[in-house]
Amino acid sequence: MAEIPEHLRKRAEEARKKAEAKKAAEAGEVAAAPAESGADADAPAAGDSKIPAHLLERSKAAKAAKAAKESAGAGGELVGAGVGSAAAAVASAAPPPAAAGPAGHTQRLLTVVKAGSIQDVKAAPVDKVHVWPHLLAVEFVSALAVLAFTLIFSIFVNAPLLAVANINQTPNPSKAPWYFLGLQELLTMFHPMVAGVTIPGIGIFLLILAPYIDRNPSNKPEDRKFAIALFTVQMMFWAVLTIISSFFRGPGYNFILPWNDGLFFEL
Amino acid sequence: MAKTMEPGNKLGQKMSELTEKVQGSQAWSSIFRPGSVFRKGYTDSPRNRSYVVMNSVLYHLHPVKVKRHAVKVSYTLCLGGLSFFLFILLTVTGIFLMFFYRPTAAQAWDDMYALQASVTFGLLVRNMHRWAAHLMVLAVFLHMARVFYHGAYKPPREFNWVIGVILLTLTLLLSFTGYLLPWDQLALWAVTVGTNMMGFTPVFGNQVRFVLLGGSEIGTDTLLRWYVLHVLFVPFVTVIFLAIHFWRVRKDGGISGPL
Repeated sequence: MAEIPEHLRKRAEEARKKAEAKKAAEAGEVAAAPAESGADADAPAAGDSKIPAHLLERSKAAKAAKAAKESAGAGGELVGAGVGSAAAAVASAAPPPAAAGPAGHTQRLLTVVKAGSIQDVKAAPVDKVHVWPHLLAVEFVSALAVLAFTLIFSIFVNAPLLAVANINQTPNPSKAPWYFLGLQELLTMFHPMVAGVTIPGIGIFLLILAPYIDRNPSNKPEDRKFAIALFTVQMMFWAVLTIISSFFRGPGYNFILPWNDGLFFEL
Repeated sequence: MAKTMEPGNKLGQKMSELTEKVQGSQAWSSIFRPGSVFRKGYTDSPRNRSYVVMNSVLYHLHPVKVKRHAVKVSYTLCLGGLSFFLFILLTVTGIFLMFFYRPTAAQAWDDMYALQASVTFGLLVRNMHRWAAHLMVLAVFLHMARVFYHGAYKPPREFNWVIGVILLTLTLLLSFTGYLLPWDQLALWAVTVGTNMMGFTPVFGNQVRFVLLGGSEIGTDTLLRWYVLHVLFVPFVTVIFLAIHFWRVRKDGGISGPL
């Protein structure tokens, strides 16, 4: 209970003591004539209350009966806590405040909730900058750089346009676009159904499932060595296959060395 | 000195009066919303910096503010944004190319040749379209690698990763459908290799191949089919997924945190 501020705890303690003293003074009286004294004590409160009269009467009767029982027997709260009969005898003089709080108050302090324990009142400050000009400037410059690169590259390097398509004349070798060449390389090792459909299908499926497979909540590289290693090996595997198929495969899709036999690669 | 400055001053005064009048007109302020640098009384204030983003259809995909680490070029290398920029560049150059191209086996190659030989900037725009397409495939791959290495697919961003993988396959589809259109030997046989591979799909292999080719062999029907896929269908689907992708970036709390 370290969360309760000291001054509030003290105030609550004092209030409790006062209430106990008052109850102790009243106790004998209550025991003698329960119904009557109960009605007398609560009479002023009934006047300014919005609670219907018949309910007030009922609660008064119940409280009085309870108080009578408690003063007759042992103190309720301490017996409940399992303390010995000696303690119970002491407490019998001080039943818990029933009808009203100290000095006739109808409310009392239940608990003190520290700010932030239930609701995040003040969000942790995040270091932020305005998108304009900080981010938009970066984006504009990078877009411009890529546009310039594409334009200049296009001025000096022409896209290939070979002879008109001829279904009766198969070029040697025939290669897929570069991003499928890894798969074409797999064709030399597996049945086409495995290399062309099953492996890429499973690959895409695993890629989609990646966030649901990787349950590690950290995004720090040192915490996820396995995931990074696996992904890197995977990427390198495809890169190597693609490079082999692009540059090291010649006529008849046989293995060649590009520096000896030339390049058989079109983008 | 003062005398020589006088005519210039007068002209400057006239100019600033004119500017004042134009910027104060109803037409002007109806065009340029608050936050526009052209609007009267624009100053570099935090309020106007926010308006620039909020009041621009082009920029409002962004939040008003981003975490400071997000603007460090070394964090994302702008790969996602550049993929999108290349998509736009490809749309613009692609629309230009569509004016000069007919997707039939008899005309496609001749149109390509005429485009390169006799259309102003035809060769240049075709080159740009091709190289930007290869660059986009590369950028999307690298974007995926960046996201993986940053662990940026972790909660709450799992589903946006899924959309990203779908966008990757759509990018490959866009590139592959475009590959056939020049109708030269390279296009025909690259596509033959690709579609033959897909023909080995278990159970439905032949049907898949038939649907892809619009027949049992590559021909003019294939060309029309892939043309429509390339210029309309796949871009249409891609734009929808792009919209969801960008929207989710915002909804999932902006760009992922620093490592």
